Amino acid sequence: MNQYLMIQSKSPWESREVGHFYALARELRQSGGEVTFFLVQNGVMAARTGANDPGLDQLLGAKVKVLADDFSLRERAIDPESIKNGVSPSPIDQVVDLLAGGAKALFC
Amino acid sequence: MARYLSIIDSAYRATIEEQDDTAVWFTHAMKNGGADVSILLRGDAVNYAVTNQNAKGLRFGSRAVKGPDMVRDINAVIAKKIPLFVVADDLAERGIPMSEVLPGVEQIQRGAIAKLIEGHDRILTW
Amino acid sequence: MATITIGIMDPPYESANTPTAFRLVDAALRKGHNVNVFCYEGATALGYAGQKQHPNAVHGASVEEEDHPNPKDWVKELFLLAAEKNVKLIWCNCGLCVDERGVENQVEGACRGSPVDAWKYSEGSDGVLMIGTE
Repeated sequence: MNQYLMIQSKSPWESREVGHFYALARELRQSGGEVTFFLVQNGVMAARTGANDPGLDQLLGAKVKVLADDFSLRERAIDPESIKNGVSPSPIDQVVDLLAGGAKALFC
Repeated sequence: MARYLSIIDSAYRATIEEQDDTAVWFTHAMKNGGADVSILLRGDAVNYAVTNQNAKGLRFGSRAVKGPDMVRDINAVIAKKIPLFVVADDLAERGIPMSEVLPGVEQIQRGAIAKLIEGHDRILTW
Repeated sequence: MATITIGIMDPPYESANTPTAFRLVDAALRKGHNVNVFCYEGATALGYAGQKQHPNAVHGASVEEEDHPNPKDWVKELFLLAAEKNVKLIWCNCGLCVDERGVENQVEGACRGSPVDAWKYSEGSDGVLMIGTE
């Protein structure tokens, strides 16, 4: 099974590309890949409970593992207890582990 | 040997100063070194596949700026047999008709990007 | 132990991608992995030895008080970390990018190369991440 690491650094309100990146993650998952979607930098803004981002909500419903960088959350005063169900706060070490394990990595 | 796919969506960012697109250039240089590479143009970068681009004529003081020749560079990529894909949906969104796309560029639908990624071992996102 | 190659492009002080990249390299070295960093375009200025700190009048801080980061010091620290962990860090700058920016004066340990070198590092790696720029 192909492993994919998709790192999303932009917020969905900052760039239209984010929507396409979410869609690509769903498609790679639907094709049988194991996808980890890592939100970092402004990408974590979509993780706030109540953030209006249907793209991320769709991703969460699609069996894609969604992680949010713990430093980026703290930097933006996003309480890890107040993020969307299904998003897990995570140290950046997770990215390193996936890279070390040979995941195909994409950065947006 | 791994198969590399350069996915380029950043467009015209530093092309005047660099006299080329540095992601296209880098990928071409990898090919010259023996790598197995392909290029996917998406987002605004689909405009690189358009004929008649012209960045000539700039001058700062008395110093003329040579400028990039993206048509030459894209044609060189094709001549080098680097597979060059462009996202058809992104062309359409930008109102770019088929008649303005350089020959040798292969159009794919946005929905086919996943399959293209599956078929490559390493992805370089530019 | 694995080998990871990371490509970066952003110049210092311009993008949040830069500290993210440094965090990844640091985390990878701490975990005992070898890391290759290929600096392309503006990222070649990250290791430029001529970077200087400055005071900050808005903060009311002297040079010492402000202790403004210079990424060249982060690069040096990563080399020290790699030595401490007995792993390999390669910090390779695109030579043409260095030349056109006039940043030849680099911190010790930085080397120069080409896209072909980046490709060879990637071929020898378990994982590859390219962080493009805007």
